[in-house]
Amino acid sequence: MQAHALFDIELKLLLEGVFQQYQHDFRNYSVASMRRRIQHAMERFECETVSQLQSKVLHDPAVFAQMLQFFTVQVSEMFRDPSYFKALRERVIPVLRTYASIKIWVAGCSSGEEVWSLAILLREEGLLERTLIYATDINPVALQLAEGGIYDIERIATFSRNYLAAGGTASLADYYTSSTHDAIFDRSLRQHVVFADHSLATDSVFSEVHLVSCRNVLIYFNRDLQDRATKLFHDALVRKGFLGLGAKESLRFTAMADHFEELVPADKIYQRL
Amino acid sequence: MTRESTAAPVVKFVAIGASAGGVEAVGQLLQAMPADSSVAIGMVLHVPPDRPSQLAELFGQRCALLVKEAEDKEMIAPGTVYIAPPNYHLLVEPDGSFSLSVEDAVLYSRPSIDLLFESAAYAFGENLLGIVLTGASSDGAQGLSRVRQHGGQAWVQDPATARARTMPQAAIDLARPQRVLALAQLVSDLKDVMTRIER
Repeated sequence: MQAHALFDIELKLLLEGVFQQYQHDFRNYSVASMRRRIQHAMERFECETVSQLQSKVLHDPAVFAQMLQFFTVQVSEMFRDPSYFKALRERVIPVLRTYASIKIWVAGCSSGEEVWSLAILLREEGLLERTLIYATDINPVALQLAEGGIYDIERIATFSRNYLAAGGTASLADYYTSSTHDAIFDRSLRQHVVFADHSLATDSVFSEVHLVSCRNVLIYFNRDLQDRATKLFHDALVRKGFLGLGAKESLRFTAMADHFEELVPADKIYQRL
Repeated sequence: MTRESTAAPVVKFVAIGASAGGVEAVGQLLQAMPADSSVAIGMVLHVPPDRPSQLAELFGQRCALLVKEAEDKEMIAPGTVYIAPPNYHLLVEPDGSFSLSVEDAVLYSRPSIDLLFESAAYAFGENLLGIVLTGASSDGAQGLSRVRQHGGQAWVQDPATARARTMPQAAIDLARPQRVLALAQLVSDLKDVMTRIER
């Protein structure tokens, strides 16, 4: 048996064990990048084989909690891909404005950069007071960071640049206070956000919403799980509701392709039929 | 041709990595490709991440094969040249589709040649040909040695004929490729590989 073939068998067993023991389902994640993250975890926990790692993860919930950082990918920025937020402002906000109350779902919100970006955008458009944002993720540590809204001050230059390119009407500095190392975002933005644990792999729809923003989450799913997740988005959205994906994501290879139309193709904003 | 195809495993996928000087080298290479092939090509070319990439269009005009930016979960089709989108890693899944990822840069690079090669090695094993061209980093060396470990073939552009020699040299040192070729010869040999058509 070749070593790499054995690695894939052990990886399958690990993910199956994690699902049965902790009910977190990574079995339909894309394999190629998962392999790499598991190799990193093996280094971190000083394991020679995936089986050794499996033993630690299954027997020690504290190790499992740390493993969530390896099972998922947390890379984000405020106003990442500014043209996406600009398109939301120009093409989606005018429609949202016609609703008496607005519900938005940020699925896979990770450490919250995009949630805070949306809250700022909605405040500038005068809509935040009548909006509820559901920010969901499977990772409690990420959710805690998201809820905190405190980011390394060294990231602010990029965030500010993105904010302006996204059509920000003020200055990003209006929305945070600085300490030596951190930018602490305005708590009043947070009053309209509900942070919650939710899995696109195992949970169901929890509310009707007008906009789903789920960016750079689907690329870590295989086709089956992409189908499941996009079906959830479809079922959660009102008719003519909006779906925003990552710059290089699309519905094209999913079962939901015919249930949406492209509203802003360049920024991957779809409208439910 | 017949003799070689019985001696060496059939190539189904060619993974190519290039960096500094790569646009020119890849351009020469794609220009020589036949109009039809049973082999697919996946490519990482380092370009500045903040500029929208026109590489697929640029190369498409000069290549008889379809050249396109690889999309997430797209099944790899024969006779197609796929280019990694800027700022995303390009990976091959076991079922022969692509995945994209925005995980951290590897050796300061996203897309990373190593990650494409390594994942393609898992997916295609001995049916993979990995090629490292000109470049000024050491990206690709690790990946190419993975290609070898999985039974695939490894070719490297002769550093003496490369605009930047660091990357091919690193690949030679680490992966000990089967062939080290001047660019013109590499283009001609690849054309032979790509000329295979199965119906």
